[in-house]
Amino acid sequence: MATKQVTPTDEFVKGLWRDNPVFVQVLGMCPALAVSNTAMNALAMGLATTFVLLMSGLSVSLLRNFIPREARIVSFICIIATFVTSVDYLIMAISLELHRALGAFIALIVVNCLILGRAEAFASKNRPGRALLDGLGMGIGFTLALLFIGVVREILGSGSIFGFAVLPDTFQTWTVMVLPSGGFFAMALWLLIVNRLKQRETEAAKQTKRALS
Amino acid sequence: MNDASHWSIFLNAALVNNFVLAYFLGICPFFGVSSKLETAVRMGGAVSFVMLVASVCAFAINLLLDLVNAPYLRIISYIMVISSTVQLVEMLMKKLSPATFRAMGIYLPLITTNCAILGLALFQTNRGYGFTQAVIYSLGAGVGFALALVLMAGVREKLELNEVPDLVKGTAAALVVAGILSMGFMGFAGLGR
Repeated sequence: MATKQVTPTDEFVKGLWRDNPVFVQVLGMCPALAVSNTAMNALAMGLATTFVLLMSGLSVSLLRNFIPREARIVSFICIIATFVTSVDYLIMAISLELHRALGAFIALIVVNCLILGRAEAFASKNRPGRALLDGLGMGIGFTLALLFIGVVREILGSGSIFGFAVLPDTFQTWTVMVLPSGGFFAMALWLLIVNRLKQRETEAAKQTKRALS
Repeated sequence: MNDASHWSIFLNAALVNNFVLAYFLGICPFFGVSSKLETAVRMGGAVSFVMLVASVCAFAINLLLDLVNAPYLRIISYIMVISSTVQLVEMLMKKLSPATFRAMGIYLPLITTNCAILGLALFQTNRGYGFTQAVIYSLGAGVGFALALVLMAGVREKLELNEVPDLVKGTAAALVVAGILSMGFMGFAGLGR
């Protein structure tokens, strides 16, 4: 289905690290911070977003020749809102408890700039196969980022992962990590780590360049 | 129907459960437009206005949706109303005050994808606010959003003058500032409801 110029694996892998939606592009911050207070919520939110990314990417890509340029944003939003509504009802059917924990944030996937951004920048210009791969890569990258933040907040804030206690009872939990400000701090921590890794990468590239010349 | 008093709804939306610092809504413009105090004030004003209009529209639409018993159309119709409101505000601003319009630039159309506005519409529906309650709620949310934006811009303007390590510069520094601001706002817990 995909053409051979840029390998399909590239489209998939770029979302995981090089163009990671949360840590590198800083898109979709609202859900990344709001529902990452436990690892379970983070995972559920990530999967729901991935589903919407995949389905909207596929639909936008299939319809790309029929949507007039002037009305494209409105059409994209309509498509995205349709899938978000179905996810909303799906989660309600699977687990009412989870639906309550995520609250309005499932509905707010509609306004996640990541999804509209991918629809506009990628899916509307590429074939369905590629759009699916791109959506999958971005979705998994987003889910991983959310999980990273969620795990840090849950370990420090409640001393557990996915509800299983991992730290001894003597550990004084950092209540602040479960509260809203903890989201900002955990996110800042991961951004620092990612920045440092990127910095090291560019330094290494510079050094090899110097060694070669 | 919710029986919370108007004053407590306002305080709740503006301070205790500040949309940006407690609910994490509208984070993108919060970081994007908060580097200068002046643009922050303008953005706060524009968002507050769109919130007010969107809240009234959402209230009317919800009545209609209840009438035809179609709650599954809620998300789609809300987002449509919000995008048309933003379009309207854009045209009005262009006509009435071209200078402000140019200063706002790309951020005006981006209000459409500001989750604070859709969030406001959904919250007021979920809590079953009446008409005046909904209007007060949207006013409080707008004031809270503008307040957070202006506070943040003030801190970031000062931060520009200080030496910050390269690693922390930009989003990471802004996140830490936001975290501390959010901790400060936690002090309001207990006020209102």
